[in-house]
Amino acid sequence: MKKNKLLEAGTEIPDFTLRIGNGNGDDHKDNFMTLSDHRGQNVILAFYPADWSAVCGNQMMLYNELIPMFENYNAVIYGISVDGTHCHAAFKEHNNMTIPLLCDFEPKGEISKLLGVYNHEKGFCERALFVIDKNGIIQWSHVSPMDVNPGAKEILETLKNIEK
Amino acid sequence: MKNLFTYELELPVNDQDQIAGPENAKITIVEYGDYECPHCKMAMPIVKRIKEDYGDDLRLVFRNFPLTQIHKFANDAARAAELAGEYDKFWEMHELIFRNQDQLDIDHLIDYAKQLGIDSDEFSARLEQNEKVEKVKSDFMSGVESGVNGTPSFFVNGKKYEGSWEYEDFSKILKEL
Repeated sequence: MKKNKLLEAGTEIPDFTLRIGNGNGDDHKDNFMTLSDHRGQNVILAFYPADWSAVCGNQMMLYNELIPMFENYNAVIYGISVDGTHCHAAFKEHNNMTIPLLCDFEPKGEISKLLGVYNHEKGFCERALFVIDKNGIIQWSHVSPMDVNPGAKEILETLKNIEK
Repeated sequence: MKNLFTYELELPVNDQDQIAGPENAKITIVEYGDYECPHCKMAMPIVKRIKEDYGDDLRLVFRNFPLTQIHKFANDAARAAELAGEYDKFWEMHELIFRNQDQLDIDHLIDYAKQLGIDSDEFSARLEQNEKVEKVKSDFMSGVESGVNGTPSFFVNGKKYEGSWEYEDFSKILKEL
């Protein structure tokens, strides 16, 4: 079984572009997010296995609630799964969420594999978190068990350390 | 085996909290909950029954963890419960709100206060003046800092409890403490 290695703190994160799951399939640039466009800002990447599953939903709802808190630390957050744009859009609308969700959809799991958080056996990404600083350096990364919602304690602690 | 107790409760129980039971109780349960969360509604009678089982051997604390973006009445409901606490009616209001979870707009919240004998004009004015906003927010932040990841979350004697909170399961764990 192929196994990826989680990119760890101190590593520069490889740049990537992913489609934003807003239900719009057009190839207009506004429908994509390029990580390096966020240089100068802290970025939180929250990989999760799937839209609609209970644990994932709770996790994204919590982060959605914390968006203003993250902004206080000059941070933006993105949720990422292998789901497609229409799936993300429906999931967000159903839960009244504004958190941007990215589609690691085609080629499936490409960015999850790049960062070492793809589960080859299950065919979706692990539940994994990355906090990336203004210069694109990973300051903290973590993989949780599939069924454990990791909350936000360590994300906020890492951001506090970066910003102090 | 899964570790049943994980994160530490970062903010100790203090005089700002809604508390039922004595300080020297053998067991302290701190719940972080959201009045619009269906799981919290299910947990309410279970927690109540556990409190009754243990009497003065158990101290129960409720802190607010409303997901206000997805639950539009949760913040006002939390404020209303906290405010009822100033009239010594917190736990009665807490139960009334959960029992009427599908009707939590301001008018209903004021009506619940009235049912508990609270002066509804005064209560309404205080809600309108945004009383208890800071309390609810600080409850929420203390939860995030203690690793609360959703609701309900329970801390037993200062440690986050990750197991089942169904009555039989939760009771069994508490007995083994």
